[in-house]
Amino acid sequence: MRLYGKIGDQIFTWILVILGLGVLGAALLTGGVLLFGGLESFQTFGFLGFLTDSSWNPVRGEFGAWPFILGTLITSLVALGLAFFPALATAIFAVEYSPRWASTTIGYFVDLLAALPSVVYGLWGILVLVPLIRNHLEVPVFLWAAQNAPWLAEFLGSPTGIGLLSSILVLALMIVPFAASLARDAIAVVPREQREAAYALGATHWEVIRMAVIPYARGGIFAGVVLALARALGETMAVTMLIGNSHNLPYSVFGPAATMASVVANEFAEATLDLHYSSLLAIGFVLFILSLLVNLVAAWILRRMTLTGTRI
Amino acid sequence: MLRSRLLLVLPALFGLASAQQVSLTGAGATFPYPLYATMFDIYQKETGVSVNYQSIGSGGGQRQLLEKTVHFGASDAPLSDEQMANYPGKVLHIPTALGAVVATYNLPGLETPLNLTGEVLAKIFLGQVKTWDDPAIAEINQGVELPALPITVAHRSDGSGTTFAFVEYLSKVSPEWEEEVGVGTAVEWPTGLGGKGNEGVTGLVRQTPGAIGYVELIYAVQNDLAYAAIQNQSGEFIIPELASVEAAGEIEDFPADTRVSLTDTPNPEGYPITTLTWILVYEDQEISAKSQAEAKALVDLLWWMTHEGQEQNEKLDYGRLPDIAVAKSEALIQGIKFQGEPLR
Repeated sequence: MRLYGKIGDQIFTWILVILGLGVLGAALLTGGVLLFGGLESFQTFGFLGFLTDSSWNPVRGEFGAWPFILGTLITSLVALGLAFFPALATAIFAVEYSPRWASTTIGYFVDLLAALPSVVYGLWGILVLVPLIRNHLEVPVFLWAAQNAPWLAEFLGSPTGIGLLSSILVLALMIVPFAASLARDAIAVVPREQREAAYALGATHWEVIRMAVIPYARGGIFAGVVLALARALGETMAVTMLIGNSHNLPYSVFGPAATMASVVANEFAEATLDLHYSSLLAIGFVLFILSLLVNLVAAWILRRMTLTGTRI
Repeated sequence: MLRSRLLLVLPALFGLASAQQVSLTGAGATFPYPLYATMFDIYQKETGVSVNYQSIGSGGGQRQLLEKTVHFGASDAPLSDEQMANYPGKVLHIPTALGAVVATYNLPGLETPLNLTGEVLAKIFLGQVKTWDDPAIAEINQGVELPALPITVAHRSDGSGTTFAFVEYLSKVSPEWEEEVGVGTAVEWPTGLGGKGNEGVTGLVRQTPGAIGYVELIYAVQNDLAYAAIQNQSGEFIIPELASVEAAGEIEDFPADTRVSLTDTPNPEGYPITTLTWILVYEDQEISAKSQAEAKALVDLLWWMTHEGQEQNEKLDYGRLPDIAVAKSEALIQGIKFQGEPLR
């Protein structure tokens, strides 16, 4: 019997269906395992109680995820804010302004930055960035604040170089290539007619980009932002190395903090108490849900963007 | 011709197989890993019994033993009575080596080792003593020029037997520490930066002028870190080194189950943050061993580790077990049974 025609087609279809369902199944199973594992914790503290409590004390057996949720949100969102404009500018420059050879080179390096393992970013952060910002930014600013505005010093926190600020900066650097890469592709596929129409109306180069190119490409640009945010939410290694791993609230700008991913990475292997173990899985579940929400919101916004029409 | 060759080869094959048949699996503490790796290597050459040890951390070792996936666990922190109640059988603690936790610091330009007391150490880690020129530190370091640097505390961010030994000592010497923080392999630190593993804490201390952290003595020696002399019960400031660590183990009321805390030792020559590391096994080997041969191999291994194996300790900078600890382990090892039969 030859695998030809209808039978071959059917087999191929089935393989695709199984693979497709497999991905769905793996995602659901992951969520299920995390929920099941975290159940003890959710039952002990209540779902909302677990999310909003800020005490994480293995000695007393009290576990609340709030400091870690807060740490994840602050680092990810601020890093995204810092990364967005440089990423967009890189993409615009690469497609619209640079000569072709430079554009290829930039593209190559952007992809290289995206492919670097996060532990390399972490090492670079510890060895280069931390001493740099401690000696040239944090210490001078802190000393100035201590003399002139004591209330600000409290808000800044101790200037050790390790903490929120350095992890946000490294995180921003790590997600720039994701946002830049997708934005570049989106800008590159904007049809020539779209640009020419704008030029025909007498627009300058910048006006063409602002009014014809970016609105057309905004779906792709936004997709890059979502991808970058997803990476920032789940980033573990570099953040764990740089954030200082302390969950004492309130966080300060220079001071240490902790994120959901970092606490799981730190404590999972040595969690001997069942409740501790369960609470770490529960944090994994919260992170899972948060990522799912980000993706759902992104999908919704993306659909609205394409529906309203983007041509001029 | 082929057959005669086969006949020659077969017994050789079987001989090999029977010598390698027993292999033991263990998992746990990272602190004694270099020692265990050396011990198990020698032991395999001597007896043919191979031991596969995974250094996944003390907590991991405790969990693996609970789940019966290993023949033995290894831990730097003893199980509490409460924890022991969860296990399917009685767990024995067999000590194998002595270690110490040192307070390492980064004070540029300071040549002589710093003197610290347990009380001051607790205050530093509670965040109450905030600068190096604080009178509490100056008082016990007369003649030393202390900088006006702020103190940055560095602690472990992962659970660890090292943390357990350190905070257990602080709890003994500072009622305030016991009240506010307590004892565990992971605690809620009132202040400071967290680093993962000995290398994480070392990195933080090296990077930050004015930092203080705690690491294993062996790690500090191998990485050439500065560490403090700590005042013991008798009022002496003791530099952590093999002699003072082993002295700390020389105590009279060594309990029969060996679950003893050596911190804050009464021995006047002993270093106060000294700790034992243990191998954890079930007294009833039927729980974890598949056969009598396996159980017997484990018991022989434990005997060897607490006797001949001890010769490896000092070569690798680990403290040798005091005689009294060896005597107590002998009694424990002799109590290990398989189907009701003692194995030694």
